[in-house]
Order: sequence, then structure tokens, then C-alpha cells
Amino acid sequence: MLTRRTLLASAAAAAVPLAAPAIFTGARAATPRNIVAMAKQIDDIVGAFDPGESYEFSNNEVCGNLYRKLVIPDPAGGDRLVGDLAEKWEVSKDGAVFTFHIKHGVLFESGKPLTAEDVAFSLQRVVKMNKTPGFIITQFGLTADNVEQMVRATSDYTLELKLPIVQATSFVLYCLSATVGCIVEKATVLANQANGDLGNAWLKMHSAGAGPYRLVEWKASDHIILETNPHAATKPRIPRAVIRHVADPSAQLLSLQKGDVDIARDLGSDQLKLVLNKPDYNVARIAQLTSMYIGMNSSVPQLQKVEARQALKTAIDYEAIAKNITPNLWGVWQSFLPKGIPGAVADNPFKKDVAKAKALLAKSGYPDGFSVTLDHFAKTPYPEIAQAVQADLGAIGVKVQLLAGEQKQVISKTRARQQQMALITWFPDFLDAHSNAQAFCQNTDDSDATKLKSVAWRYHFFDKEMTDLVDAAVKELDTKKRMEMYAKLQRDFFQRAPFAFMLQNVEVAVMRKGVSGLALGVLPDYTRYAPITKA
Amino acid sequence: MSGTSDAGRLPARFRASLSSLASVPITLFGLILVTFLIGRAMPIDPVIAIVGDHAPPDVIARVRAELALDKPLPVQFWIYLEHLARGDLGNSVMTSRSVTTDIATFFPATLELATTAILIAILLGLPLGVFAARYQGSRFDHAVRVVSLAGQSVPIFVLGLLCLLFFYVKLGIAPGTGQQDVLFEGMVREVTGMRVLDAALAGDWDAFWDALAHLAQPALVLAYFSLSIITRMTRAFMLEALAGEYIVAARAKGLSDARILWRHAFGNIMVPLITVIALAYAGLLEGAVLTETVFSWPGIGLYLTGSLLNADMNAVLGATLVIGSVYVGLNLLADLAYRLLDPRVR
Repeated sequence: MLTRRTLLASAAAAAVPLAAPAIFTGARAATPRNIVAMAKQIDDIVGAFDPGESYEFSNNEVCGNLYRKLVIPDPAGGDRLVGDLAEKWEVSKDGAVFTFHIKHGVLFESGKPLTAEDVAFSLQRVVKMNKTPGFIITQFGLTADNVEQMVRATSDYTLELKLPIVQATSFVLYCLSATVGCIVEKATVLANQANGDLGNAWLKMHSAGAGPYRLVEWKASDHIILETNPHAATKPRIPRAVIRHVADPSAQLLSLQKGDVDIARDLGSDQLKLVLNKPDYNVARIAQLTSMYIGMNSSVPQLQKVEARQALKTAIDYEAIAKNITPNLWGVWQSFLPKGIPGAVADNPFKKDVAKAKALLAKSGYPDGFSVTLDHFAKTPYPEIAQAVQADLGAIGVKVQLLAGEQKQVISKTRARQQQMALITWFPDFLDAHSNAQAFCQNTDDSDATKLKSVAWRYHFFDKEMTDLVDAAVKELDTKKRMEMYAKLQRDFFQRAPFAFMLQNVEVAVMRKGVSGLALGVLPDYTRYAPITKA
Repeated sequence: MSGTSDAGRLPARFRASLSSLASVPITLFGLILVTFLIGRAMPIDPVIAIVGDHAPPDVIARVRAELALDKPLPVQFWIYLEHLARGDLGNSVMTSRSVTTDIATFFPATLELATTAILIAILLGLPLGVFAARYQGSRFDHAVRVVSLAGQSVPIFVLGLLCLLFFYVKLGIAPGTGQQDVLFEGMVREVTGMRVLDAALAGDWDAFWDALAHLAQPALVLAYFSLSIITRMTRAFMLEALAGEYIVAARAKGLSDARILWRHAFGNIMVPLITVIALAYAGLLEGAVLTETVFSWPGIGLYLTGSLLNADMNAVLGATLVIGSVYVGLNLLADLAYRLLDPRVR
């Protein structure tokens, strides 16, 4: 007969088979030396790993480690571009023809040599597919009809790029250094194309590059596995890289502390306080190009006058927000060109001045303030920042109603121009100043039927002088003059635009003691895993 | 007389079963319609979810047309149903694959977790419920009731987080989140999609123990929730059974306590218990969402959550349909089993 004692014993016994392995394997001290494991939020991936379609942070970063490009920003820093696959290049005097001389001896992961034909094919397929990031190349005036004549291999190792629309040389080169500029192996991609998709479906899940790694496996919202490309010119120090999806920053820190991962990529300010300046961790950091700003919809009567918008910009305590809410992760930066983009000015002209803000508000015709809504992302730190802004604006009589929403919900609302004000982020598509200048300063037609629905359009910001200057700057062949144009744009923007640029993101990666070498880039596709080492 | 009665009973049973079967497509159609409408009413533009915030208007217009989002809502729904009839659930934005492939990839992880959990819940819940009834009013009974109540009152994500904090962080005796250690990621060929089984099939015993260790915590947390229901229901059914006259008769005949308990009382409550267990199992399959999120368990719940946040409507519809089908299917099976096992409802 069963007694209570035997019952309890049997109940415990039933749980033991499951608990036992946990006890035996739970205390693993660290990941093996031939694997580098990263905890990262990777559920943003859309378009997977086809460089012709990839545009989100996580897949761009991985593409940057699978593929090589013609040119890249100098890894040593500065504004200079250096050849990656290009040994050298020449540009015709009129800026219309680029001739790239491709390095000999570069091999794809298949072991086949990389030639100018592969480069021409890679750029042609970006134009023909015309996926989301395709505009980075098609803005040169390239179309599916003309691209085969305009981008062609003139020899095995010489590529000619003719521009139907002549634009600044540095602009063209920076565009080629974006993820869409990744070079894929023509033969492999075409061998795997289906229904004339130029290998798009296949390349989302596989790689055909000449970068230090090859793609082994991707399970959405779970993990990505990369392994050494056996034919890479520079092989990674650690042959296998596993990126594991861990959405919660606290869970990332925990995994790092327990030795389950070597690197945590998305720690929040609270977690960073616990690990910065501690001997058990190495830290890599770089100012990335993501900006956080408040956009004010100029169609809202209260926000139509420049003085009212300047009043709001003057009422916000930028320093306090950066110091108290986002220490180590977001620093004050008020230009639409983030630090790191050639031509960015470091004026940061706005500081909290309640008296000045009130005077500006009175001048705008609203001495007693007004009410306005502010949409913001629901995820930390946006609600905290929105509350701080609400308090700052409240001090000058502007009552702010906060509307929290999922990121894509807020973006959808601003694209439909249904917001009054929105606290939101933006990152440039490529390293050149034109990306953000066009987004924030250019609005050629404020109607709903316009072809250019820029960020300026979303906020009804229509400034013909600035719109024209953006066009002139991108075509200016003299780099010095071009930079002067962008400086003027930024200073005019401070005075006239309905945007309060507040903060710029700092990318921080925390590594366990003995792990080092992760090279963070200003844009995700410039981040390199290959130099990572483990003691 | 009995021959006539038997002949009439068999078709009646089938008629009832057929009636249950007929309600399945109606239930599923309703599920698809409601999910579809909710998806379209969401304040997120599904095109933005695919092409991103920076896409130029021509790309947005092309994708909108490709997805038929430029057509009236009834037409969109009809197109979806047409594709569904061909077994085509569309493509997922998040994974760039067909939703059917995704479900085949993610569902086994949920199945592994929920099946392990329900087995633990049955193994522990049934004896606990039986003995709580047998020793009604004892300290043991009170303890079981407290434990059961706690299982139903404590939110599952709280329990999951507490387990991680205690066993993983403080004691260091359990592994962290995920299905396997980084070391084993991608090393075992996927056959069933269930890591423990796949590792055993591959004969990779290190990977097997590692997968089992990772399964233990989320399975125990999930099991606790079902265990509390199974225990309480078993106890209630047993109390009713033990009060029956046939139990008094059995005692008068001098049968042993164990025989009365297990053969006569427990044997009679098995039919309603099947329904309870089937519903608990269905609840685990659909309700593993929070557990999967806390433990980063790459199952259908995590897939559904990610899809919702990314406005990946094909994936949301597909996953909802699968979960709904499983729920309806298990209900139907319980219903059929009930009719087969209990002569009173034939």
C-alpha cells in the first residue's frame, strides 16, 4: 500500500530525471575557446542576409562580416575611404566615370577568384531587384534598363561605373561602402536563382561572399552561426561565432556574468553601471550614427510659428536627460548630422533656458502655452525621456500628453502624418551627409502625391532654400565647398526646422575578461568580429 | 430488444461525433476571420514592417500591391482563404520563409516543452489528487491544496523568473535560457525539431544531457500550472467517487485500501479526467507563450509574439490557426474519447 512517505518520495523521484542533468551541466564556467558567443537582440532582422535587401541593424552587421565591398571607411578612423576590394580607382574630371581596379587573389568562400564581373553583377542585381536599400545605388540615375551599360567589367579586374546623374565623388564612394555595395559571387548566386529572382530567396539564408566568415545557420529570433570562410584573406582569430538572441538587457548581463556568452551587446544604462570600470570586463564603444529627436508637425497650428518651435527646443534640458536617464548610451548631439559623418558641426546651440523659452512662446502668440501630444516608443528609455520632456515643457506652460506605442506603430503614424509631436530615432543609410540632409531638409512637394516622402515631408517642413541647397550639395564636386554647404544647412536647420535633435547613440559592447578585439563600426555593417580574441 | 437498442446506439454515437467534427471548420473559420480583422485593424502598416522606415514610395507601393493591401478588405480575405485552401499560409516577414516552413520549425520546440510538462503534471498531479482525497482534511491534503492554489494564482512568468533567479543565478545548478548551450548550437542535425530527441537519435549524449538540462526548468514551470489543475480536479472527482455506495460495498467485501482506491474509485474517474488532461495539454500548447518568452524557448509562442510586434500578419494568422487547430483537435479527441469510454453519453 502506498503511504504518504512513499508518495512524496515517488513525486520527488519523478522530478529527478529532469533536474539531474541541470545540476550536472548547469555550472559550465565559460564558452569553449574556439567559439565566441554574443548575446544580442536580433529580432529586428527583415530581408535576412541578402545584401541587396538587408537594411536592419542586425542583418547589416552580419552582412558586413560575410562580404567585402569596393571601398570602406578607413578602419584606423577619420573621414577617409580606403580600398577594400579596390586596389585603386580613378574618377573622370567631370565626375561621371569611375574606374575601379580590383585586387587580384581575392577568393570567394567557394574558392573561386573574385573578378570585376562579380562586382558588376552585384551592383546590377541591386538595381534590378530594387528592394528597400536599392535606392542607395539607383539614386545615381541607374535603372534596370541602363544598368548593364553603366556598370560593366572592362577586363577581369577592371570595373567601369558611369553615372547618368553626376554627383559628388565622395557621395558615390560612401554609397558603395554601404551594405548594398557587398560583392556576391555571380556563378553561385545565379546557380541558385529561382523564378528569375537573381538568387534573392537563396541568398537570404546562405552566403556567397569573400568576407572572413560564411553563414552556417540562422534561426529567426533565436541564433545566427558563422564560421570561418576557409578562403578568406584575413581569417578570424576565433573560427566560430554564435550570436544568440537575448532581448532583455538584464538577461544579457546575467548570461555574461555566468559565462554563457562572451559579449553582451545591448546592455542598458542600469546594467552598464554595474560593469563599467570593473576588472572582470572589457568594454568597446563607439558613437554610432543613430540620432534621437523630437519632430514637430508644422501642420499643427500651435507649431507653425518658428518661435514656438524654438521655444520648445530651448525649454528641454538635454544635458540632464543624457546624464540622468541615458548615461553611457546616449550623449547630447543637436545636429541632424551625427558625429562621425563628414561635415557634422558640433555647435549644440540649445540649452535649457526657461525665461528665453517663455519669451519665445509669447512672441509666437501663445504666452499661456498650449496642449500637444507626443508619440513615443514604449520601450525603455523612451518613456522616461518623454516624461522628462513633458516636465520641461510643462515648465513653460506647454501641456504634453504622452502617447506610448510599439516602434512600428509610432513610425506608421508619422509616415501617415497623423502625429503632433513624436520622439523617435533615425540612422543614415550610408556614411555621407546627403543621407540625413535629404531626409530632414528636403521636401520638394508637401502634398500627399509627392514622390519624395522624406522625414521633412512627414512633419510638413517645407523650406525651398534648404531643399535646393541639398540638391546643390550632393552634386558639388569640390569637397571643401560641399562641406561648407552642409555646415550652412545644419545652422539654418537649428534656426528654422521643426526638429529638436537631442541625443546620439553610443554603441557599447561589454566583453568578459580575456575577451577583446571586437571592432565596432559607426554603422552596423562596419562592425568586425574577425579580430576578436579569447585568452 | 437489446439488439434493436444496440443497433440504434451506434449510429447515434457517430451522429454526435460527426456533429462535433462539423463544428471544427466553422470554429476555425471564425478564428481566421477574427484574427484577420484584428490584423488589419492594427495601427501598424504591414508594408512598413516589410520594407522598413527608409523605403522610397515606389518600393512601398509595389510591396503594397504585391500583398494585395491596395484591394478592399473582403477581397484581401478571399485571397487569403484561396491561398489557405492550397496550403499556402504566405511568407513571413521576419524569417523570409513560408509560414508553413516556419511552423514546422518552431512548433516541435513547443510540442517538446508542452508534452514534457503535461507528462510531469500527470505523473505528479494524479497521485497527489488521489491521496489528497483519500486523506481528506489531513495536513497532507491541506498542503496539496495550498500548492495547487499557488500554481493557479502565481503568474507563470513570475514563477519562471524566480526559478531562473534561484536555480541559475543564485545556486548555479541549472543552465540559463535557450534550448541548448552555445557549444551545441547547430551541431546536432535536426530530424524532429525536438532537441532532446534529435540528440538521442544522433547518439550525441553530451548534447542530449545539455538539451534535457535546458528543458528541465521551463518544463517544470509549465508543468506546475497544469499540475495544480489536474490535482484539484482529481481530488474533487475522487471525493465524489469515494462517497459512492459501491465504495461502501467494496469495503464491506473486505477489499484492500489500495484496490478500492485505484481500481474502483480511480477507475471510475478516468473518463472525466481525460477531458481535464486534454484541455490542460491544449492549454499548455497555446499558453506556453509566456514561458517561452521568459526562457527564450524558440517555440510557436515566441514566434507568435515576435510576429505580432513586427506586424508580420501572415505569421500571426498562421500561428494562430495552428494553435487554434491543436486546441480544437484536442477538444474533439477528448470529446470522442469521452463518448467511447462512458456508456452513459453514447
